[in-house]
Amino acid sequence: MVTIEVNGRTVRARAGEMLLGVLRREGVRIPTLCQMDGLEPTGSCRLCAVEVEGRPTLVTSCAAPVEAGMVVRTHSARAVAARRTLVELLLNNHPDDCLYCPRHGDCRLQDLAEELGVRSRRLHGSHTRRARDVSSPAIVRDPEKCVLCGKCVRVCGEIQGVAAIDLTGRGCLARVDTAFGEGLNVSSCINCGQCVMVCPTGALTEHSHIDLVENALGDPELTVVVQCAPSISVTLAELCGELPGQDVDAAMTGLLRRLGFAKVFDTGFSADLTVMEEASELVRRLREGGTLPMFTSCSPGWVKFVETFYPHRIGHLSTCKSPQQMLGAVIKSRWAAQAGVDPHRIFSVAVMPCTAKKFEAARPEMLRGDLNDVDAVLTTRELASLMRRRGLRLGDAPAEHADLPFGTRSGAGKIFGASGGVMEAAVRTAHKLLTGEDPPVLELAGLRGRAGIREMRLAAGGLELGLAVVNGLGHARRLLDEIEAGRDDLHFIEVMTCPGGCLAGGGQPFGAASDAVGARLAALYRVDGRETLRTAHANPAVQELYAEFLGEPLSARSHELLHTRYVERTVLR
Amino acid sequence: MTAGGTTLSSVARLRREDVDRPVIYVGTGTCGLGAGAAAVLKAVRHALADHPRDADVVEVGCLGLCAHEPMLDVQLPGRARLCFGDATAAKAAVVVHALLDGSPWPELPLFQFRNPAVRPWDGVPFLDEHPFFASQTRWVLENCGLVDPASLEEYVARGGYESYRRVLHEWTPAALCREVERSGLRGRGGGGFLTGRKWRFALETPADQRYLICNADEGDPGAFMDRAVIEGDPYRLLEGLAIAAFGVGASKAYVYIRAEYPLAIARLEHAIARVREAGLLGQDVEGRGVALDIVIKRGAGAFVCGEETALIHSIEGKRGMPRPRPPFPAVKGLFGKPTVINNVETLANLPGLMRRGADAFAAVGTAGSKGTKVFALSGKVRRTGLVEVAMGTRLLQVVGAVGGGVPDGKAFKAVQIGGPSGGCIPASHLDTPIDYESLKALGAMMGSGGLVVMDEDNCMVDVARFFMDFIQRESCGKCIPCREGTRHMLEILEALTRHPRRESESLALERFQGVTCLEQLAGVIQDTSLCGLGQSAPNPVLSTLRWFRDEYEAHVFERRCPAGVCKELLTYSIDPDLCTGCTLCVAQCPSDAIEGEKREPHTIVRERCVACGNCVTVCRRGAVQVS
Repeated sequence: MVTIEVNGRTVRARAGEMLLGVLRREGVRIPTLCQMDGLEPTGSCRLCAVEVEGRPTLVTSCAAPVEAGMVVRTHSARAVAARRTLVELLLNNHPDDCLYCPRHGDCRLQDLAEELGVRSRRLHGSHTRRARDVSSPAIVRDPEKCVLCGKCVRVCGEIQGVAAIDLTGRGCLARVDTAFGEGLNVSSCINCGQCVMVCPTGALTEHSHIDLVENALGDPELTVVVQCAPSISVTLAELCGELPGQDVDAAMTGLLRRLGFAKVFDTGFSADLTVMEEASELVRRLREGGTLPMFTSCSPGWVKFVETFYPHRIGHLSTCKSPQQMLGAVIKSRWAAQAGVDPHRIFSVAVMPCTAKKFEAARPEMLRGDLNDVDAVLTTRELASLMRRRGLRLGDAPAEHADLPFGTRSGAGKIFGASGGVMEAAVRTAHKLLTGEDPPVLELAGLRGRAGIREMRLAAGGLELGLAVVNGLGHARRLLDEIEAGRDDLHFIEVMTCPGGCLAGGGQPFGAASDAVGARLAALYRVDGRETLRTAHANPAVQELYAEFLGEPLSARSHELLHTRYVERTVLR
Repeated sequence: MTAGGTTLSSVARLRREDVDRPVIYVGTGTCGLGAGAAAVLKAVRHALADHPRDADVVEVGCLGLCAHEPMLDVQLPGRARLCFGDATAAKAAVVVHALLDGSPWPELPLFQFRNPAVRPWDGVPFLDEHPFFASQTRWVLENCGLVDPASLEEYVARGGYESYRRVLHEWTPAALCREVERSGLRGRGGGGFLTGRKWRFALETPADQRYLICNADEGDPGAFMDRAVIEGDPYRLLEGLAIAAFGVGASKAYVYIRAEYPLAIARLEHAIARVREAGLLGQDVEGRGVALDIVIKRGAGAFVCGEETALIHSIEGKRGMPRPRPPFPAVKGLFGKPTVINNVETLANLPGLMRRGADAFAAVGTAGSKGTKVFALSGKVRRTGLVEVAMGTRLLQVVGAVGGGVPDGKAFKAVQIGGPSGGCIPASHLDTPIDYESLKALGAMMGSGGLVVMDEDNCMVDVARFFMDFIQRESCGKCIPCREGTRHMLEILEALTRHPRRESESLALERFQGVTCLEQLAGVIQDTSLCGLGQSAPNPVLSTLRWFRDEYEAHVFERRCPAGVCKELLTYSIDPDLCTGCTLCVAQCPSDAIEGEKREPHTIVRERCVACGNCVTVCRRGAVQVS
C-alpha cells in the first residue's frame, strides 16, 4: 500500500493499481467513455485526464499506475477545461439530431455535455457524413453518431471472440466498420447486441420493430398475440425506474393486454416444450450413438457462431428450435385451429431479451410455406418504449395470468432465462427419461453461478454424463478449441451467447452493473424455488399438447414444427 | 570470414585506396535514380561495351549532395578519385571516352577525394574543401556514396565488424549498456532518450526472450536520412543492430521498414544474407554463445507506425495504433516481451561509437547532446542534400555554409526542423546550436532530421496548414484530441486562407471564433493526446504563431497573405496600360468578373472575383496585377 494525495486528501492505494479505480473508490467521479471493467485500458477517450504534480502533461487516470507520493488534482481548471474541450470536439463532429435519436435522454454524450457544462457552441467545424447500415435484421449502425470509444470493437473481439467489426481508416476518416465495409448482414456478426449494450451513443441500436407492432395492433384484420421470454419479467421493472431483481410477471401480463394484444402467452411454456424435445434428443443421441457432445440451440447468436466459425460442428447442435420459434410454430398451427383463426391473419410478437432473436425470427429455415413462426420481436427496451408510447406505466394494469393454452409453465421453463437454466431444466427431464424418476435434487448447484465455463459430472441411469455450461462466446470458443484438440468427456453443453446469459442479453436495459445482473439472477431462481410445478415433463399443458396434437417428443409432427436445420456460413471471418 | 586470409594489398584494393584499372562509380540510390542515374549507368555501360576489360563499373549509394545528382565518380590507377556532378547520359559517354582515350575531362570535376596514397589532380578542389562538405562531420555517412553497398568485404576492409567482434569478445551486455549510456548517445528518432539507458531497462527486465526493433519507418515529409544510410551502407546498420542486440540481450531483431523503400529493402535483404553466410548471424555467433536473427518487416506506410507501441502492434499483425505507456516497451513490448526500439541513425552510430570509444564520442557535441546528427536539408537553399554535422553546430552554419544560403537573392525567413512534430525557427535565432534542448526551447524539436529552409515567398500560415493537413490525415484516429482536434485546427487555418468575398457574415464570425480557440485547442491536444505524435501535433502551428504572429494577423484582420501564397486572399486587377482587350481572360473567368469592350482595356469586378488566378495564367501581356 502506498499513500497518495487526491484533491488535498490523503488516500491509500495499492502501488501499481490504476488511478481511476482509486478515484472511484474515493467517490471522485471522473468521466470516461472507453474504460471497460476487466479489460486492459486503451486510453482512447482521454476524458479521465487529471493533473498530477510534476508531470508535463495531463495524466489519463484509467491507464496511470499509482505511484507513492503522487499529488493528484482531478478537477483543476486545466483538467476540467481539457475534458470540456474534448467533449466539445466530439459534439463538433456529431449530428445535431438528438431529438430524433433513439438514445435521446439515455446517451452518454448528452450526459457528458451536461456534466461538463458545454452549453454553447464554441467550435464550428464540419462533420463527417456517413451512411447508416440498416442491412442487419438485428442491429442498426449509424456511424455518424459514433464517438470511436472502441468499446463495441472490444466487446465483439475480446469478449465475444467474433470480431465482426474493427477500427479502420485514418484521422478523421477513422471509423468502426466491418471487413471491406460491407453490410453487417453479410459480416461474421452473430447479432448478439453486446455492442449495442456498450455503445455510449446512438451509433448502435437494435433494429426496431416497435412501429411494426404498433401498426399491427391498429389493424383490425389482424389477431395480434404476444409471448414473453422468461427473463423479461425480472428486468422490465428496471426500465420503469425500479430497482433490479423484481419479478413483475403478472403486472406485465396485464399491461400487454392493455396494449391491445389479443392473447398473452408465456415463452416459459415453450421452454418446457423445448426441454421435452431436447432432453429426448439427448437421450436418443446417448442411446443410439449420435453426435456428442450435444450443444443447446436456444441462443441464436451461438447458433450463428457455430455456423460461421465452426461449421464442421453443426451436427453437434440440437435440432430443436428455440422456445420463441416453437411457441410461434404452435400458435400458428395448434392455437389457430383451436381458436378458428386463419394463421395468415395472426401477427405473432415475441418480447425477448435479445437482438439475435430478430435475426432468428427472420431465418428462412423458420418459414413453413409462407408462414413465419414469429412476425416481430421486441426487446425488453422496446417493450418499455411501446408502453411509453401508449402512456402506460407498470402498475397501471391489474396483475393477470397469461392465456391458455400456452400460459402455464414450470419452474424449469422459467430458469431458461439464466445461464445454466436450460441445462438444469433439461437434466431434470432427461433424468426422468433415463431413470423413470425425478432427480433427488432439482437444483444443479454446480452449474449455477456466473463463471464463464462451469462443468459437472452427473450419474443417471447407469450413465455418467459430462455437462458444461458456458456463457459468453469468448468462453465458448475456449471450450470448443479444447474439443477440437481432442477433449471427449462432455456429453451436453449449454451455451448462452451473452456473458450473463439472457439476463444480460443485448435487448436488456442499458448500463446494468454486475450486481444488477446478480439481482436478476436471484429473482429468477426465486421464482423457480417457489413453484410447485418444477419440471417440464410435469407441465399439464405440455402433456396435453403432446396427447392431443404432437403425439410424442421427436414425432413427425414435432419435427415438422419444432425442429430446424442449420447452414454453413461462408462469410469473412 | 576473417581478415587474416587477405593480404594488405587486397585490403587496400577493397578500400579503393588504389585501383588496378579505371573504376567508374555511379550513385544509384533512390535519389540518384530519381535524378536520372539509370540513364547515366546505361550510358556508361554502353560506352564500355567494346572495352569491357578496360574499366570497372561500381554502383554506390548516395554521397549526400542531392543538388548535383546524379553523381558520376571516376578513379584511374594511381590517381585520386574524381567526382562529376549533374551527370547525364551524354556527359557520362564523354567522361568514359576521355577515360579510355586519356583525353581531357569534358569539364572541371566538382571535387576529388583526398587520398595520400595516390597522386592528386591539379586544380581540382578536395572534397573536404567543398563548402558542402567542409563543415560536416561524417560519422554515420562515412561510407555512403563511397563503397559498394552490396559488398561485405568492402565494409569489413574499412573497419566494419571490428566493433561487433570486440563487443562479442570483450564486453558484457551490462557493461556495454553502461558504456553507451556514458557516451551520451540519444535516440535520433525524435524523443531523444538515452540509448544505453533504454537498453538497460530491457536488459534488467527478467525475460526468456527480448527483442530489438530497428525503426526504419521514416515517415516525415522531406526526410530521407534512413533510406540513404540503408541504401548506401547497409552493413553499418546491421553491425549496429548486432551490437545493440548484444547490449539488450535480444536474440531476435526486426527491421521495420516502409514498403515504399524497395531498393533499401533489397539491399538490406542482400546484406542480411551475406552477413548470415559470413557467420555473423545465427545460433552461435563466433562461438560466443550469442544468437541473433534479423527479420525484415515491411510497413504499409502509416506515419503513426513510427510511434513505438503502434510499430509493435503493426509487427504483431494488429492495427498500428499506440497504446498507453507504461508499461514501456522496454518492460513489455513485442509479443509481451522486453523490447528496445532504436531508429536507423541511432543504430548506425554504434559501430563508430564502439570503435572510437565513449569518451571520443562524447567529446563531439554539446553538454546534453553528443555526437553528430544527420539532416535532410531541403527547400530554399542552394545546395540541398544529406548533411551530417556535429551536435552544437549553429543552424546558420548548416543553412549558410553547407547549404549555400537562399538562392535568387531572396530573403531567408525560417527553417522548419523536425517535420510534422517540429517547428519553424526564424532568422533571429539562426545562431542557435543544434542540440535537443535548444531546439525544444525554440518550440521546434530534433525529430528525425528534416530541415526545410524557407524564404520570403513562403507563407507561414500556409506552412502550418500543410503540416496540420498531414498530421490530421495521418492520425491513427484513436484518441479524441488528435483525431478531432487536429482536424479542427486545420479547419480554422483553412478558414483563414478562405476567400473573403465568399464568406458570409456568420462564417466570418466563426472564423474569428476559431482563431480565438486555436491556441487553447493546441494546448489541450498537447496536454491530452495519447502518444507523442498527437502531443507534438500542434507544434507547427504554435511555433509559427510564436515567431510569425504578424503573418497570422495579416490573414485574420487584413485578409491578405503577405507572402502572396494564399491564392484566395490575393486581389487581382488589370493594368489598363498593358491590356489590349483581347478577351482571353474573359473566356477563362469562371465568375464573369471581367468586364470591358473588345480591344479596350478591361477591368475586374472585385465583388465577383473568386481569385482563381485563371486570368493571370492566360494573359499574354502580363496585364493582370496581383497584390
